[in-house]
Amino acid sequence: MNGILPDPVLSVRNLRIGVGRRNEILHDVSFDILPGETYGLVGESGSGKSITGLSVMGLLKRPLEVIGGSVLFRGQDVLKLGSRARRRLRGDRMAMVFQEPMTALNPLATIGRQIAEMFVVHRGMGWADARRKAVEALESVRVPSPEERARSYPHQLSGGMRQRVMIAIALACRPDLLIADEPTTALDVTVQAGVLELIAELCKAEGTAVLLVSHDLGVIANMCRRVGVMDRGRLVEEQDTRALFANPMHPYTRGLLAARPRLGSRTLSGRGRLTELDQVVASEDRARDTPTMTTPRGFQAEATA
Amino acid sequence: MRLRFNFVLGLALALLVVVAAISAGWIAPYDPVIDADLMNSEMPPSWEHWLGTDGQGRDVLSRILYGARVSLTVGLVSQLINSCIGTALGVSAGYFGGWWDDLVNGLTNVMLAIPSLVFALAIMAVLGPGLPSLLIALGLTNWSWTCRIARSSTLSLKNQGFVQAARSAGFSDTNIMRTQILPNILGPVLVIATLGIGGAVLAEAALSFLGVGIRPPQPSWGNMLTDARELIRTAPWASVFPGLAIFITVLGFNLLGDGLRDMLDPHMRTRKA
Amino acid sequence: MLRFIFRRTLQMIPTLLAVVLIIFVIFSVVPGSFISSLMAEGRNATNADVMAHLNEQFGLDKPLPVRLWDYLWGLAHFDLGISYRTREPVWNVIEPRLWPSIKLALAAMGFAGVVGIPLGFLAALKPGSVFDTGTMMLAVSGLSVPEFWLGLLLMYVFALQLGLLPSFGYQADSIRHIILPAIALGVSPMALLARTTRAGVLDVMNADFVRTARAKGLSEPRLVRAHVTRNVLVLILTTLGLQIGSLMGQAIVIEKLFSWPGIGSLLVDSVSARDIPVVQGAVIVIVLWFLVINMLVDVAYAAIDPRIKVA
Repeated sequence: MNGILPDPVLSVRNLRIGVGRRNEILHDVSFDILPGETYGLVGESGSGKSITGLSVMGLLKRPLEVIGGSVLFRGQDVLKLGSRARRRLRGDRMAMVFQEPMTALNPLATIGRQIAEMFVVHRGMGWADARRKAVEALESVRVPSPEERARSYPHQLSGGMRQRVMIAIALACRPDLLIADEPTTALDVTVQAGVLELIAELCKAEGTAVLLVSHDLGVIANMCRRVGVMDRGRLVEEQDTRALFANPMHPYTRGLLAARPRLGSRTLSGRGRLTELDQVVASEDRARDTPTMTTPRGFQAEATA
Repeated sequence: MRLRFNFVLGLALALLVVVAAISAGWIAPYDPVIDADLMNSEMPPSWEHWLGTDGQGRDVLSRILYGARVSLTVGLVSQLINSCIGTALGVSAGYFGGWWDDLVNGLTNVMLAIPSLVFALAIMAVLGPGLPSLLIALGLTNWSWTCRIARSSTLSLKNQGFVQAARSAGFSDTNIMRTQILPNILGPVLVIATLGIGGAVLAEAALSFLGVGIRPPQPSWGNMLTDARELIRTAPWASVFPGLAIFITVLGFNLLGDGLRDMLDPHMRTRKA
Repeated sequence: MLRFIFRRTLQMIPTLLAVVLIIFVIFSVVPGSFISSLMAEGRNATNADVMAHLNEQFGLDKPLPVRLWDYLWGLAHFDLGISYRTREPVWNVIEPRLWPSIKLALAAMGFAGVVGIPLGFLAALKPGSVFDTGTMMLAVSGLSVPEFWLGLLLMYVFALQLGLLPSFGYQADSIRHIILPAIALGVSPMALLARTTRAGVLDVMNADFVRTARAKGLSEPRLVRAHVTRNVLVLILTTLGLQIGSLMGQAIVIEKLFSWPGIGSLLVDSVSARDIPVVQGAVIVIVLWFLVINMLVDVAYAAIDPRIKVA
């Protein structure tokens, strides 16, 4: 530990989510994200990483609800806010990019209008001004010929371009926190890197903190300062990324790392047979009541590097 | 598969009508045609005539019970014919494709363009009134939805593994259609047929009401209303109860069809109530 | 867009031809011809000369394919033939019936849309609520009720008992006359629209782009206005079109009940009088209405949904 860490942008404390009041599916999850930091949540599908992101935004769908804990955003518990106040934060101070760019945009509205809407809703601009800002936003996410693209409809764009549009929408109001839920999973491998670079670069420039949710350890390793590993609705381990890869503490994390397909280990079929996690991780290590294994953050110098 | 409320209610109503139709001969207090008593015409509901009497002094309840036979026969038989035509055309069109598919498709579009009541009216005009004509007229005019569903389901089934496997195992086309495809589309066909029974009952009533369906004095819910509408001022019960019988029957089969669809396709449950 | 409309219009022709063919074939096998039914009624055509003359006048002595060809040839010149009954050109018989029929269909659809769409919308916003369950029960009842019986009850209550509205008949500029038949005719499309709208809204509200809109911080009213309405409209447009298109055909019983001088009652009267040319003409008009409405729906689709290519 070196010096004093800044106050976190987001501090999730003992968050519990249930299907209705009874069936708890997310158990006592706690983590902090510092300003400008990119924090990764990694785990298998169904481990609860996506609903964690959605609950921070306040976008859980009906049978799912938060049943305990707190979500402190810039020191304020957003779970205690009224729905209006919460809505004003959404899109403006905290924003989200989803996995499926093909369906995440309204098929019947132009790209420009969907971006401009952010400025109309949160900045009170007129549509004409907002449209001009929308073109600028498209330019900033490196969409070629932004003037023309602003008049296009989502179906006229490729998946990568649409995800850039989603990023333009999310970052339009320069939020303090961006939640990116599997932002590249649905994209072609060839455009994944470009989209990730874009997120990293824009957020660094604006000092935006990022909560990156992914099942892809490679993405996490490239993007994140600090990682939380989730398994079956629990945060089992949290470490700085480098430390996690070098010295995974929890058996589940070790299993997750071991289950990664590596270039050298492919079978002849080309698809590569993945190791079943259940074979690697003993089931008693995945019990409900084990505490999160966590190490303190690394040097502050490194955190902002 | 959990029983759905609408399915249970629909089944109860439909069974009620079926029982009424089958047992009409025993439970009807009067003969629906012969027991006309002009001295007692247009009597309001009473202990002797639970639902009153019509303009010729016939017991409305008895006529409704016998009318159930006509409605149910028309509903069930015509839908059976429609389902067979629609399924045969749809499956073969989807399976073979090519010019046959184009032809069936074109024919389906034509059938959709002529409102089925208009089509049935035209056929009735040619064949003349009566139960057999009704069965033909309503059995030939309402198969387009069945055909469409059967065709699209067959198209998607055709390329699935088990059908391809049967083909490479050397099964004949008819065999594949019968054993591999038909069982998989029976569900939706059954749903459409059940909903269609209600439609056929309504159409029968409408045609009989117009005087081209079942001719008086034979009782049918539709022609009971033709007579009764003249008396609506003095004997409204003669209009209310036959219509109510149609309503209950059609409601029963519609609920049954909706319930079947919900149960066969749980995904649709929340979307279409 | 104009080319699109033109192409869609051309696509209607084969369907229309097939309809003419089917109707023509059906009526050519009528056992009792018009002439013999005249004789049965003991009117004038008692001697063979008169019969032959009538047969010739209406071209009934020619073989079927020739008659079909003559009919199609006439159709191409907007000539629907001569009515057996009134000896007038069929078009002259049909034309005065057209406007009342269209008026009734549109009024019924107006009622169906104004009541059905908001009901479905509100029901979908609170799925599972009492209002939702009630609306869906109302919808299934609306689909099950025989419309002429409903018309009869409406007539009994509002015209005969309360005396608020005329019980039947038609006046060119009277709104009061159209209310009861329009409601009776509109109940079933209303029920169908309530259902499709509800299903459509539920579909759209669960769509990813609505979640995006929520993530953007839009208020619920704004979200519904800007992102839900148009997408729902796309989903219910087909139902809307099919309903308007088939209403003219569905109206025959209601027109008969309310003595409405439309195509439907003309059709019924002509069927019982075996006035085949008028029956054919009326069916063609009803089918044409269906085809034109559906073409307009396609045009509307192309205008609303950018994913549909016009060219």
